[in-house]
Amino acid sequence: MTIQRRQFLKSTGAAAALSLAAPLVARAATDTIKVGGLHDLSGALDLVGIPMNQVFQMAIKEINEGGGLLGKQVEPVVYDPQSNMSLYSQYATQMALKDRVSVVMGGITSASRETIRPIFHKYKTLYFYNTQYEGGVCDRNEITIGTTPAQTVARIIPYAMNLFGKKVYAVAADYNYGHITSAWIKRYVEEQGGEVIATEFFPLDVAQFGSTISKIQAAKPDFVCSAMVGSSHLGFYRQWAAAGMKAQIPMISTVLGAGGNDQVMLTAAEGNGILSAFGYFEGVDNPVNKAFLERVKAEYPTNTPIVSEISECTYEGMMIWADAVREAGSVERDAVLEVISQGKTYDLPAGKVKIDPKTHHAIRDVYIAELQDQTFVIKEAFPESQPADTQMVCDLIAQPNSNKHFEISL
Amino acid sequence: MDYAVIVALEMIRAVAWLVLLAAGLAIIFGMMRVINFAHGEFLMLGGYTVVVSTGAGVNEWFAILVLAPLVVGIFGVIVERLVIRQLYGRMLDSLLATWGLSMLMIGGVTLIFGNTVQGVATPFGGVRIGSYQMPVYNFVLIFFAAAILLAVWAVLKFTRVGLIARATMQNPNMAEALGIRTTWVYMATFGIGSAVTGLAGGLLAPVTGVVPTMGASLVGQSFITVITGGAAVITGTLSSATVLGSISQATTFWAGPVYGDAALLVVALILLRILPQGITGRIFKRAL
Repeated sequence: MTIQRRQFLKSTGAAAALSLAAPLVARAATDTIKVGGLHDLSGALDLVGIPMNQVFQMAIKEINEGGGLLGKQVEPVVYDPQSNMSLYSQYATQMALKDRVSVVMGGITSASRETIRPIFHKYKTLYFYNTQYEGGVCDRNEITIGTTPAQTVARIIPYAMNLFGKKVYAVAADYNYGHITSAWIKRYVEEQGGEVIATEFFPLDVAQFGSTISKIQAAKPDFVCSAMVGSSHLGFYRQWAAAGMKAQIPMISTVLGAGGNDQVMLTAAEGNGILSAFGYFEGVDNPVNKAFLERVKAEYPTNTPIVSEISECTYEGMMIWADAVREAGSVERDAVLEVISQGKTYDLPAGKVKIDPKTHHAIRDVYIAELQDQTFVIKEAFPESQPADTQMVCDLIAQPNSNKHFEISL
Repeated sequence: MDYAVIVALEMIRAVAWLVLLAAGLAIIFGMMRVINFAHGEFLMLGGYTVVVSTGAGVNEWFAILVLAPLVVGIFGVIVERLVIRQLYGRMLDSLLATWGLSMLMIGGVTLIFGNTVQGVATPFGGVRIGSYQMPVYNFVLIFFAAAILLAVWAVLKFTRVGLIARATMQNPNMAEALGIRTTWVYMATFGIGSAVTGLAGGLLAPVTGVVPTMGASLVGQSFITVITGGAAVITGTLSSATVLGSISQATTFWAGPVYGDAALLVVALILLRILPQGITGRIFKRAL
């Protein structure tokens, strides 16, 4: 009841303010193109959200320095949802209805995406989700830039089995990401004729791994596959190294290097040799990436972010959208989506990227890298990796009105 | 055979871990009946002291054994003078105040050092036991857990300071009547409890990730150990850490860490149902 009254006050208040300011707003609306940025700038996920926002702001600056879009300057509208889902839905609604932004970049966890995606779908506000996630979103209004398990896990498992052997021991965080990822690990290991001899799940606050490390030694796998998440779980790598296991059993991870600075939170001795797979590492060798990293450094000389897939993809999102606006000659959602759906190939820091018309997910180069002295050294590239998992369940050409997050059953 | 040795050692280490987490809290709670909700953040502060000072080139052992207890101990004395002193005998108020303090500390440390910090490597390597390997650092943890308990016991039992502390604990009014300034005793106790917590935080830094929010995942285990143990500082901590640590670790070996965590909670629940005053509320009643 209170909420309703508050909402009533808020909306009437906003309406009153709007009607007073109407001439001003009307003029302003033609002056700039508004772009929404919704990244956690505080709270548990700020470690990931802040670099995303930095790169987001830099991309806008770059577009404006190149003359803006359609003769107008691009103006960022940024809110901080503070890693809090109710703020996500509040700000998403505000962006769609009050600020009337042309596009929104943002959302980090799958929970935050599923909070805001339906809002943008409903209000027909174009939305870019730039995070690697478990796959399965089928919504024409959402362009998904980050990688899914079919692009990363599917690559690193055969690669590691080839190098080390067929017996895999999996350790994973005990929530939906860890469970879904370990299901994928099992599937890809078995597809290659291998065996997952055990999968162990750890609540996020577990910080002692002695018993697990002993069990792994007893099981004698050919390598360990880790989907451990968060700061407590860093203790796993630390205790693993302290037990002298690094020299004996190799380790791969589906998480390390995903978004934050995990690689520099581990010392070189603890991290060296761990393999990881993502759509972008700073070491990607092409001129576009070199220029991109130099710009990041010039823009943020003192607080230079470590660019990982999640923030590079935010840049990609902005650039793909800007390109589509130029080509469409309009910021109208349907016109822009029309251009994006044509499956044009873009040259971006991560390599060649194009949007799959069937799923609106990115088809992109995927890299396997090895952690060496706190940086990832690229070992192998896999061009044009398809989001095969989402393609199994989603066909936006046949069903353009789909508005669903499928759980892909394995 | 060697597997049995490994399991036994891991169980002892789990007990040592709980002792380290809980010792400082037990000193403060047992002697002063003050619930320090910022206990986890005191541990975090100890961890940060080690990470920051080793980053600045200080010897790792000096940082763990001297700097961490010193910094957190002094911080504890300041907190006692400014906050806790005003709230003696008001358990709920001190709980709220220290909860606020914990949020302040998380925010402050995040502001200064950011949400991330480089960890410190675990000293020493692994030791081979049969066909298994185990970090030598495990034995360091076990050693210091035992040393802390032994030191507290010796001080309480054999020194004049210990006598004064015990007198204040048993009957503060009588102690004051005999000329003991109990407020000073409380201040010293809080400082020492904080220093022990700082030492524990320093010792844990090389095995866990040191981040501003690390306290949240440690404070639960600390409280469960202290409450299950009851009022006696040493016997209580040792008995509850032994019961909880060995059962949860055995369950972890047998069924995995999720069940290990659950077993710890179930055992604590059952113990508190049977012994609401904690283990030392009924058994070992007169122990320290």
